[in-house]
Amino acid sequence: MTAQTLYDKLWSSHVVHEEADGTVLLYIDRHLVHEVTSPQAFEGLKLANRPLWRVDSVVSTADHNTPTDHWDEGIKDPISRQQVETLDANIKAFGALAYFPFKDKGQGIVHVMGPEQGATLPGMTVVCGDSHTSTHGAFGALAHGIGTSEVEHVMATQTLVAKKSKNMLVRVDGKLPAGITGKDVALAIIGKIGTAGGTGYAIEFGGEAIRELSMEGRMSLCNMAIEAGARSGLVAVDQKTIDYVKGRPFAPKAEQWDAAVAYWNTLHSDDGAQFDEVVVLDAAAIQPQVTWGTSPEMVTDINGRVPDPAQESDPVKKGSMERALAYMGLQANTPINEIPVDIVFIGSCTNSRIEDLREAAAVAKGRSKAANVKQVLVVPGSGLVKAQAEQEGLDKVFVAAGFEWREPGCSMCLAMNADRLQPGERCASTSNRNFEGRQGQGGRTHLVSPAMAAAAAVAGHFVDIRAL
Amino acid sequence: MKAFTTLDGLVCPLDRANVDTDAIIPKQFLKSIKRSGFGPNLFDEWRYLDHGEPGMDNSQRPLNPDFVLNFPRYAGAQVLLARENFGCGSSREHAPWALEDQGFRVVIAPSFADIFFNNCYKNGLLPIVQPAEVVDQLFRECAATEGYMLNVDLPTQTITTPSGKVFAFDITEHRKHCLLGGLDEIGLTLKHEAEIKAFESKHRAAQPWLFA
Repeated sequence: MTAQTLYDKLWSSHVVHEEADGTVLLYIDRHLVHEVTSPQAFEGLKLANRPLWRVDSVVSTADHNTPTDHWDEGIKDPISRQQVETLDANIKAFGALAYFPFKDKGQGIVHVMGPEQGATLPGMTVVCGDSHTSTHGAFGALAHGIGTSEVEHVMATQTLVAKKSKNMLVRVDGKLPAGITGKDVALAIIGKIGTAGGTGYAIEFGGEAIRELSMEGRMSLCNMAIEAGARSGLVAVDQKTIDYVKGRPFAPKAEQWDAAVAYWNTLHSDDGAQFDEVVVLDAAAIQPQVTWGTSPEMVTDINGRVPDPAQESDPVKKGSMERALAYMGLQANTPINEIPVDIVFIGSCTNSRIEDLREAAAVAKGRSKAANVKQVLVVPGSGLVKAQAEQEGLDKVFVAAGFEWREPGCSMCLAMNADRLQPGERCASTSNRNFEGRQGQGGRTHLVSPAMAAAAAVAGHFVDIRAL
Repeated sequence: MKAFTTLDGLVCPLDRANVDTDAIIPKQFLKSIKRSGFGPNLFDEWRYLDHGEPGMDNSQRPLNPDFVLNFPRYAGAQVLLARENFGCGSSREHAPWALEDQGFRVVIAPSFADIFFNNCYKNGLLPIVQPAEVVDQLFRECAATEGYMLNVDLPTQTITTPSGKVFAFDITEHRKHCLLGGLDEIGLTLKHEAEIKAFESKHRAAQPWLFA
């Protein structure tokens, strides 16, 4: 048998039917559902009088619209509240394996909740009406975002109409320097291949540096595969994967556990498997990353400078750079570590897990928010992450440093709730997108790791965490 | 879904790379539980000078005269001409819903982000990939000629310019079939119900832990 990539294995084990043009019906094991991209899909089912094909494939929570403070006051925005209440009603009507509604202790960002509940397992196909579904590929699962029509299609048929992507291997060789996280690796990769570099591919991340990453680091990395254009990111299963999954609420139980592990241990690319594209990075060369523009590929390291559009020969790129600098209020050649920040946001499906909060707290401990920083929001990814952080006393560290300790949700990553930047405000953010207006109209986003965000909060400007 | 066969459409050029779905339809409009009515908020932050929120009377809002969609010569455009990596970012299907609601039926670009590209086909919107040099040429011709129209013909998979130049485009047979017929994809898939059930039984036997 020919050597297969991990992606090949996951794909071929879920093909239900194949057309002559290569279009397949792909079986979906796990469907994660949140309030923003599901109402129209449920409405479609109702109109056509169709039930859910498999109720036990659905795991759901409310995350995008939920407030992160004053939970006793409920959701004040009436249209946000209607959307969350619509999800409540739809889950009640159609059913689900599990639902973590607003204020439930298991509630959280869908891509934090899935793995921590064991609802994401190796070898699964996982979909959600959210592009950051690529996160779950950290478990050796084939996971990607879908649109609302596809949400309805999966609900009604347990399948997706899909075409196979090409295989890309991004190998990060060697050991990462101290303080360099999965987030820095993700941004460095996007800086190298561009935001469309992975378009049409499933990216497997491999190499020593990836094997050394924790599951949290791998999730941050796969989360941002979509920012490189790839719908799916993947990391092969190893003992870390299996240890993380063991004992979680929806993980296989006693008699099935050994069989599951035996299968999961086959979920890696075979020796000699062929990739359509291979990209290699040297881990030792990766520095703390900071974006300077309005696309995640507009990134440099903390000791770099804002680039000069005059040096760019491609007219389309040059135009994008000029536009980005104007929007960001930055001058060419400004040293990154001299850029002051107004707001710091630590959270999102990229960086709100316990390890992220520990890294931020390690920087904040014994230090205080700089006077020029107006607000530092720390938003845990789920109720369970929040409880764990409080058990470890991280909340007290943040509060002592002048940071705000909030309730879980998507929050200022996309600013659908009340947490948002005002026009012109500059934010060091652990989220995933620095698009114009993403964190609030006119807001200026710089993407960084949790430690780098905390360091910017205490220094008042970007600073090399290794120099603190 | 609206069927798509052939179109003679006015072209609107949007000369920016990496146009993301947050720009196509900003997040505050995603709070709707409907799939229609997004057109007036298409490119909201670029199109208007004020901050838009759901429920506003968009006809009373100040338009940005520098944004191409507001140029009188592009009123009623049905073909959007764009640059690399159009539709990147969020998976929100509200992006194609907003384009379609505004009246666009075709988007032509050198490349598209995968999720957006896929979402278009579910909504009778045809995304067409053309080489960068062809897109460049269309941008030039569009700028030079007021009322610049393109003929887009799905059965023959061609774009024809006013001067008669013809460019071919690719589309999978499955997508073409669905667009031409305006077909309900769920209905088509459910014709394979027995196959799905057979797969499911086999899958359950092999990996019982995936089933509650």
